[in-house]
Amino acid sequence: MSMQQPDKRSFWQSLVVRIPYAWLLAFFLVPFLIVLKISLSQTAIAQPPYLPVLDLAAGWPAVKAFFAALSFDNYTLIGSDRLYLLSYVKSVEIAAFSTLILVVIGYPIAYAMARMPGRWQAVLVLLVVLPFWTSLLIRIYAWMNILQHDGLLNQALIALAIVKEPQVWLATDTAIYIGVVYSYLPFMVLPLYATLEKLDESLREAAADLGCPRWRIFWLVTLPLSSSGLLAGVLLCFIPIVGEFVIPDLLGGSQSPMIGQTIWMEFFGNKDWPAASAVAVVLVCLLVTPIVIYQSQAMRALQRE
Amino acid sequence: MHSVGSKRDFAPWTDPNLRPLLRIEVLTKRFGGTAVVERLSLDIYEGEFFALLGPSGCGKTTLLRLIAGFERPNAGRILLDGVDLARVPPHRRPVNMMFQNYALFPHLTVEANVAFGLKQEGLPRHEIAQRVADMLALVKLERFAGRKPHQLSGGQRQRVALARSLVKRPRVLLLDEPMAALDKKLRGETQFELMELQRELGLTFVIVTHDQSEAMIVADRIGVMDRGRLMQVAPPEVIYERPNSRWVADFVGDVNLFEGRLGADCQSVEGTAAGRVRGVAKVDAEPGKLVWAAVRPENVGIAREPPLPGLDNCVAGTVIDIGYLGDTSVYHVRVRDGALVKVAIANAARGAGRAVTFDDPVWLNWSPEAAILLTQ
Repeated sequence: MSMQQPDKRSFWQSLVVRIPYAWLLAFFLVPFLIVLKISLSQTAIAQPPYLPVLDLAAGWPAVKAFFAALSFDNYTLIGSDRLYLLSYVKSVEIAAFSTLILVVIGYPIAYAMARMPGRWQAVLVLLVVLPFWTSLLIRIYAWMNILQHDGLLNQALIALAIVKEPQVWLATDTAIYIGVVYSYLPFMVLPLYATLEKLDESLREAAADLGCPRWRIFWLVTLPLSSSGLLAGVLLCFIPIVGEFVIPDLLGGSQSPMIGQTIWMEFFGNKDWPAASAVAVVLVCLLVTPIVIYQSQAMRALQRE
Repeated sequence: MHSVGSKRDFAPWTDPNLRPLLRIEVLTKRFGGTAVVERLSLDIYEGEFFALLGPSGCGKTTLLRLIAGFERPNAGRILLDGVDLARVPPHRRPVNMMFQNYALFPHLTVEANVAFGLKQEGLPRHEIAQRVADMLALVKLERFAGRKPHQLSGGQRQRVALARSLVKRPRVLLLDEPMAALDKKLRGETQFELMELQRELGLTFVIVTHDQSEAMIVADRIGVMDRGRLMQVAPPEVIYERPNSRWVADFVGDVNLFEGRLGADCQSVEGTAAGRVRGVAKVDAEPGKLVWAAVRPENVGIAREPPLPGLDNCVAGTVIDIGYLGDTSVYHVRVRDGALVKVAIANAARGAGRAVTFDDPVWLNWSPEAAILLTQ
């Protein structure tokens, strides 16, 4: 019995470690491989609407024929049509600028929260997550109301005599930025708050004691020590914003779609599943590559220490 | 009972014409409604090693933070070199603080931590490098310059914190419980190192501690604090041998207190648990007033034979407890009216005869010089 005890524990321990991996395998890697496979297929009027379809019952020759029929045609198509390129550029542009805006707005909020008295902090965290209690779709519809021609925003601007005529807000990039920044603010504030809240106040006092004025304490102590939270916030916002679909679809214009809209169009408009899959695969590679590079560098920095 | 004398020939506080380096004038700091520092005045002199000693919550750390500028006083002034510090923010004060938790910057190397303060002064790069290297050599950390704080032991971190606050050559170095996080043996070594360092650099140190032996070892003078006030400010040997109140006598070291009425000669206490206790110094109070005689346990002699009759400062009792501490043994003796008297005897001096043991009837006595008469 006594010999088995450690084995048993390590079995359960390894199981606990494996659950997230199993999760990732089942709900990320497998679907990704399916999408990857579809992206190498050709569109067809069939059910499902692409060819080839792997038929294991037909034996080895069918498998060989299946692999022979796969091609990179869809990726060549993405490369040749400017629509896709523009769509990627627009998505990254919107994601980058709104992440920047989110940092500028979110950092002071998180900083102020972290320096509040303890009992206020819990209330403020609750307020930050409160919007999640309402569906995103409903909140975006509310923004459509606010931003429309005779909406609250125009009424307020006219009442304050800032503008004379109602302005066009809906169906512009500005509306997308408003919707994105509004929706993603908690994802920026919460990780930043979590790191800033742990920041030892005596470090800031030590910096002041050693001759640092307030603003330089921020640059030399507070900011470097909250960099992990900042990075987490940036990744949590930037990555989903690149693939954002609902917000640009409801608030944005139809001139230049974001990549999420392009994928939707290929899937449901053109019924071209292979092309849509190829666009999606390229998007995943685009987003994963910088993270992998960052990770490997962080690991190397850790090993150096 | 003769004083061992000062540790060195240094007593600027006895010179009335000398201007103190740091002058604290009727300083008051309140948090909410309670005064943490209350109408406190204190002078600290150039080159002095001053210890603020008191139980936790007595306001000693707050006083240190007021000097550093992290707290603003509600009333009173702090003058450094005759200049009022009220409008000087912490980063402009020529004082540095060593924090209790060290407050080392975790994202910077040992070298960068020590250089941090010098960089804020905008000194030339080679001068910074030179001074940092010198300081790291002084605290014996040259080999660890490239490490991050989390890669150091507790004792090494403590030395980095010390180096970082010393490298700016502050007019006053404030040390907040600098050795609280070290283990006992290391603390003992570090206390002497710190004292040598202070003498060598000739800087003014103000240390906050709750450890009386630490204060006694390092300090030229000790300020004993309780509830925001200074109870006594004096060199260690005076604090110990001539405390000015029951509170100080009891807080610094062990003491036996005999309560009674001041005798007509103004230098004895009548009607205590030990009968009449005679001192040597005259007390400035009315005879018949409630006073106390304080006698340190190590100044009480213990004997198994009765003394000559009619002797003062002598009482019979029974040993009820013996504590063996290695270098000394502590005897708890129950005297006539049930009071407990503590006696400490150095084990090396116990003598060859049969040792005093439990339930032995014994006689205690002490010289008049050992009895300090206290009026408060």
